Amino acid sequence: MASGLHQSDFKNPVVRWIDARLPVFTMMEKEYGTFPTPRNFNYLWNFGALAMVTLLIMIATGIFLAMNYTPHVNHAFDSVERIMRDVNYGWLLRYVHANGASMFFIVVYVHIWRGLYYGSYKAPRELLWMLGVVIFLLMMATAFMGYVLPWGQMSFWGATVITNLFSAIPLVGDSIVTWLWGGFSVDNPTLNRFFSLHYLLPFVIVGVVFLHVAALHITGSNNPLGIDPKGPQDTVPFHPYYTVKDSVGLVAYFVVFAVLVFFFPNLLGHPDNYIPANPLVTPPHIVPEWYFLPYYAILRAVPNKLGGVVLMFSSILILFVLPWLDTSPVRSMRFRPIARIALLLWTVAFFVLMWCGSQPPEGIAVVLARIGTAYYFAYFLVILPLLGRLERTLPLPESISRPVLRGGGPLPAGAAVKPMEKA
Amino acid sequence: MAETLATHPGAPLGAEAAHGAEPEHGGGKRRDFLKLVTGAFAVVGTGAIVWPFISSMNPSRDVLALSTTEVDLSPIQVGQAVTVVWRGKPVFVRHRTQQDIEAAQQVPVSELRDPQTDAQRVIKPEWLVMIGICTHLGCVPLGQKPTDPHGDYGGWFCPCHGSHYDTSGRIRKGPAPKNLVVPPYTFTSDTQIRIG
Repeated sequence: MASGLHQSDFKNPVVRWIDARLPVFTMMEKEYGTFPTPRNFNYLWNFGALAMVTLLIMIATGIFLAMNYTPHVNHAFDSVERIMRDVNYGWLLRYVHANGASMFFIVVYVHIWRGLYYGSYKAPRELLWMLGVVIFLLMMATAFMGYVLPWGQMSFWGATVITNLFSAIPLVGDSIVTWLWGGFSVDNPTLNRFFSLHYLLPFVIVGVVFLHVAALHITGSNNPLGIDPKGPQDTVPFHPYYTVKDSVGLVAYFVVFAVLVFFFPNLLGHPDNYIPANPLVTPPHIVPEWYFLPYYAILRAVPNKLGGVVLMFSSILILFVLPWLDTSPVRSMRFRPIARIALLLWTVAFFVLMWCGSQPPEGIAVVLARIGTAYYFAYFLVILPLLGRLERTLPLPESISRPVLRGGGPLPAGAAVKPMEKA
Repeated sequence: MAETLATHPGAPLGAEAAHGAEPEHGGGKRRDFLKLVTGAFAVVGTGAIVWPFISSMNPSRDVLALSTTEVDLSPIQVGQAVTVVWRGKPVFVRHRTQQDIEAAQQVPVSELRDPQTDAQRVIKPEWLVMIGICTHLGCVPLGQKPTDPHGDYGGWFCPCHGSHYDTSGRIRKGPAPKNLVVPPYTFTSDTQIRIG
C-alpha cells in the first residue's frame, strides 16, 4: 500500500495510467477476458447475455420514447400516435420497445428454464438464483406499468384489474388500492406515477443485474453436466470462446427480433389498445399480455378472490425457496431420469396455463387451469422434495473434460465411481 | 471445435487453441480477414442502429408541417407593426413610413457593422419582415409598439444587453454582431405573404 497505485500490466500508457488509479481494465480482463468458464456450455447459456442486451435495448429505446411521450390522460394516447406517425423513426422505436418487452420475457423464461433444468439454483448458487427472481419480479412490474402508458383500453382496464388485486387484502385492501391510484379510480395521478416508476425501475434492474453477475462471478457458472470444474482442463477463458459463442446467439436472436418488429409488430399486442381508454366501458374480453397469461390463469383457477391472488403471487415467490425444496445433490436433469420428466411436464403445465389464461374463464379452460395450477405447485412442493429422497440418479461423469477428450461418446464405465458427488 | 476434435481424435484441446493462432497455410491471414469483415459489419450495423435514435430527435413531421406562416397585410396601417409566430419564433412585420424608408436607405453601408443595403433586406420597401430575435443572445427587442423604446436609430432596442437596431433592423450600436435576420418569405398576393 506504499504508493497506493494498482500494479497494472497493460502496454498502452494511457490505459495503464487509468488502470493504475482505477483498475477497471484489470477487472474487465479478469471477469470477461481470462475468466475461467466451463468448456461445455450449450446455446442455452447464451440467454443471460441476450437478456443483458435486451435490457440495454429497452432502456435506450425507452429514453428516446420518453422524449416524445406525454404522461397525461388527455394527451398520452395522442402522443403515442404522434410517435407512430410524425416522429422520425418513432414507429421503429416504439415497435422495438413494445416487442422488446416480449423478447425480454422469452429470453428470461428460457434463462429461468435453463436454471431449472440444469439445477443452477442449487448450492452454492442460491443467492444468485434469488437475485434472478428479484429481477424477474421487477421486470414484471416494469412491463405492467409500461403497458399502461399508451392509455388505450387494454392499458386502462389492465391497470384497473391488476391494481384491484390488492383489494383482496383483508381490512386494508381498499385503502391500499386508493393509495396506489392516488384517487378513487385509475386516473391521471395513476398514469403519472406509473410513468415515473416505469422510468425508474429499469435502472433498479440494472443494479440488481450487477449483483446477479457479481454473485455469478464468485461461484462461477453452472454447466450442462452440473458438476464442478476440477481444474484448468475443464475450463476455457471467457474471451474469445464465449464472447464469440454469445455473438453467434446474438445474431440469431436479432434475426428473430427483427422479423417480429418489421413483419409482425402487432402480433403479440391487442387491437383494443388502439382504442383510447374509456373509463365507462370495459372491453368484452380482457386479457393481459401473453407473458402474464400463466399467472392470470392461476388467479382465475381459484373460485375465491383472496385465494386466487395469494396463489398467483405464490407461483413466483415459490421460486425463492426452490433451492431448499429440491434436496437432490445432483444438479443437472441429465442425470435425473424422473425429475427430468417431472420438469418437462411442469413446462407443459406452464404452456397449458398460458393457453387457459388467454381463454374466457369457462368450460374446459377452467378445468385445465385447475389441473395446471395443481401440477405447477405440486412440482415444487411435492415432487421435488420427494424425488430428492427417492430418485435413483444416473452416474455422474468424473469431470467435464474427460468424456469430451475421449471422443465425446457414451461415458466410460469407470465414470460411475462417484454418483452422489456433491454437485 | 467439434470438427477439429473429429480430425484429431484424442489430441489435447490445448493444441487446438495453438493451431488457431498459428499462421500456417496462411491461416493468420484468414483470421485477419474474418476479424476485419466482422469488425466492418459491426461498425455498419452500429451506425444503422444509432441513426434512427439521432434522427428521432430532429423536428418531427407535425413540427415541420407548421414551418410556414401566412400573414394578411391588409389590416396593417402605415407606421404599424405586428408580431406573428413562425416556427415558434416572433416575426416582426412593419409597415414602414416614407420617413423610415428614407432613413434606412440613406445610411452609408460602410458605417455598418454587418453591411447590408436596405434594398437587400426587403422585397417591397414599405414592408419590413424580420425575425424578432436579437442576434446577440436571443432576446426579443422592443420597438413594435409606439410606446416602446426604439433605440438611438428609431428602430428596435434590445433591453437585455442594449443593442440598437435601425429602421431596417440593422445593428448600429451594442453587443449584437449581426443584423436582425430576414426570414425567407414571398408575396402570394399584394396583401398576403407566406413566411417559410
